[in-house]
Amino acid sequence: MADGAVLAYRQWRLERRMFWRNPTAAFFSFILPLLFLFLFGAIFSGDQKTLDVIVPGILGMSVMSTTFNALAMNITFLREEGVLKRIHGTPMPPASYLGGVMANAVNNAAVQVVIVVLAGRLFFGIGWPKDWLELVVFSVVGVATLASLGVAFSHVIPNFDAAPAYTNIVFLPVIFISGVFYDVDNAPAFLQDIARVLPLTHIIDGLSAALVTGTSLADNAGHLAVIAAWGVFGTFFAVRGFSWDAKRD
Amino acid sequence: MTTSAPAILVRDLRKVYGEHQALQGLDFEVAAGEVFGLLGPNGAGKTTTVEILEGYRNRTAGIVSVLGHDPQQRARALRERVGIVLQSTGMYRHITPREALRHFADIYPHPRDVEEVIAITGLQEKADALARTLSGGQQRRLDLALALIGDPELIFLDEPTTGFDPAARRNAWEVIRSLQELGKTILLTTHYLDEAQALCDRVAIIKDGRILAEGPPGELGAASTRYRVVWRDESGELQAREVEDPTALLHQLTSAALARGSALEDLSVMRPSLEDIYLELTAEESEEAFRG
Repeated sequence: MADGAVLAYRQWRLERRMFWRNPTAAFFSFILPLLFLFLFGAIFSGDQKTLDVIVPGILGMSVMSTTFNALAMNITFLREEGVLKRIHGTPMPPASYLGGVMANAVNNAAVQVVIVVLAGRLFFGIGWPKDWLELVVFSVVGVATLASLGVAFSHVIPNFDAAPAYTNIVFLPVIFISGVFYDVDNAPAFLQDIARVLPLTHIIDGLSAALVTGTSLADNAGHLAVIAAWGVFGTFFAVRGFSWDAKRD
Repeated sequence: MTTSAPAILVRDLRKVYGEHQALQGLDFEVAAGEVFGLLGPNGAGKTTTVEILEGYRNRTAGIVSVLGHDPQQRARALRERVGIVLQSTGMYRHITPREALRHFADIYPHPRDVEEVIAITGLQEKADALARTLSGGQQRRLDLALALIGDPELIFLDEPTTGFDPAARRNAWEVIRSLQELGKTILLTTHYLDEAQALCDRVAIIKDGRILAEGPPGELGAASTRYRVVWRDESGELQAREVEDPTALLHQLTSAALARGSALEDLSVMRPSLEDIYLELTAEESEEAFRG
């Protein structure tokens, strides 16, 4: 027997192995955002002003895809398949199990951050991040928030067949409204109002500050506060609504 | 066995889902080392009962003790001593049985040897195949293997052989018998009468959330006061009659045959089998429900 942290580590190791053994899942949550990055990079090659908007935007999108989308789908799948119920019948502490599952999503997001930062430096004229600490802070808080929202959202999804539709009906509008592909300041007023509420907008603003503009963490404390508020909301519903069994009484 | 505390103790167990009374006051005990069967048709309340004992569902009322714990508290110490085969549980699709068993072994304080469990459950040939390539029966064997890996003293088997071919069922029975020989306590649900008869020390027949009869499978029939007498009459037709005391009927039949000077063909006098008792009990209840 091992204590909770060791079990969480082992669960993370297993989740990571399972993730890479399923090429479709790996492709959709991992390769697709990178493909977007290189397509947009190619289209706007030489247009530095646009690239400065798109690179942090794509990074925000990648982080959302590997955490929110991946967890909403994965938890729904594990619940419907009965894997969660089986785990719940063993001495595995729930926190260790969920910690391991979420850690896999988080480490995928971390890899995305590294790849986009490298690509920004090597191909898109962004240079090295202006503020490393700010990059780490916004990545960590953003990833944690989107991961908790993904787990919370899985409670709404009725079954795995519906999971891609449910996930995309949130993901696609959010990435457009939050300014992944354009500067939110240029959008119509009503979209700007919606954007201001969404966590991804603030994550992208924070990443943009860290990667491109170099405005300080103190200047962007407001963005951090909004993301953290969503994180509290997401964590509350992720824990509260959690069900281990698809056919609950 | 009589001196030690029961492995499972259930008193006046009730479960209500909205308006529906799924369990209407169950009482039973399972002694340590005993194989106990819950037998009943679909929807009788077998799975509800087992899932309450496993800690998956909360009861509405009553007392439940499993190895001295209230399963509703979900104590880790209890789950370390219990193995569960659910009616339907999935597994990661891209894991091999060997990997799954190694992973689950780490969760328990005193796991069994992984290779040994693979051998017991007959998974040697598929030990390194991905779970999604296993047949239904092989996945069921993996379920059993994962339930055994923690070396539990109490094992729940919810319809363990449903969907098995006859050979696979016999193998599963052998595994269950070997577990019994190791002194494990087993609670299984089944709707196969032969399975209950072959494996269980005692069974409880359950229907509509009530226990209708309880006892060793052999004695459930013997406890009945009636005999079933079958014979072929002089016109060659097979006759059957159920009587409290067959003495008078047999005397009548034998003297009539003697008077005719012919043999009494195909005569048999039987106690009702477990199957007869089961069908009788569950049918009566259905008729009542139908009339009600």
